[in-house]
Amino acid sequence: MIDTIGIIFIGLGIFFDLFGCLGLIRFPDLYNRLQASTKCVTFGTGSILFGTFLIVGFTAAGIKALFTIIFIVLTAPVSAHALSKSAHMSGIPLWQESVCDKLEDENRYKKNDQ
Amino acid sequence: MRSKIVLFIVALVVWLGFTWPPDLSHLLVGILVAIFVAYMTGDMFITRPHHLIHPLRYFWLFVYIPVFIWECFKANLDVVYRVIHPDVPINPGIVKVKTKLKSDTGITFLANSITLTPGTLSVDVDQDNGYLYIHWIHVFNEDVEGATKDIVRRFEYILERIFE
Repeated sequence: MIDTIGIIFIGLGIFFDLFGCLGLIRFPDLYNRLQASTKCVTFGTGSILFGTFLIVGFTAAGIKALFTIIFIVLTAPVSAHALSKSAHMSGIPLWQESVCDKLEDENRYKKNDQ
Repeated sequence: MRSKIVLFIVALVVWLGFTWPPDLSHLLVGILVAIFVAYMTGDMFITRPHHLIHPLRYFWLFVYIPVFIWECFKANLDVVYRVIHPDVPINPGIVKVKTKLKSDTGITFLANSITLTPGTLSVDVDQDNGYLYIHWIHVFNEDVEGATKDIVRRFEYILERIFE
């Protein structure tokens, strides 16, 4: 029974990981691609690790899987934040059909350079 | 000093988790390493140790975790919908939202929660004035008030009770 639930979690994780990678190809610019990869890879990988924990139980591998979920959830959004902020600071434009860019309007970094 | 003790306990628990099952040699080496880590970097770990005592904050943390997992699951379904739709229905832009949170930890958790929830990615933080710049995959409201109501409100209420 618990093995079946674990396999369901692993399958769900692989499904979301696959669509995260498809999002990398189909979305038009860096910021949208970062959204797809960050969300899907965090939840998909966490789901795979949780399924592994359910199957192997409180063994050496299971405890490591639980700690790895916590580290991924804490670090993946921070790295996405660092990538998007540095991309915006170095002048990578948004997709041409984007609606608005409040950060560009306020010009925070160009003032600091002068 | 209390910050160093908290970091010592956290480092020891993580060490024991990674060297499971516990035995005496792992425990001794872990205590030595945890003392070293706590001595070197303990002052940077937490700035307000007295906040760790309140039981009500832990209650709100346990309310926050299922809310967060549910929003994360909805975010994934949202991405899957946008990827498999033939036209890729996106309408992206960077909007500006206002937050009431002031502490470093509170703003960090708010930005991380925003990144992992449907359609939003935090790009920049202006901590002095309490503004966040959010990349939104489908912009509904361009003005500050409307975007704040749509993006920030669902987490701010809980995070204010945990971290402020």
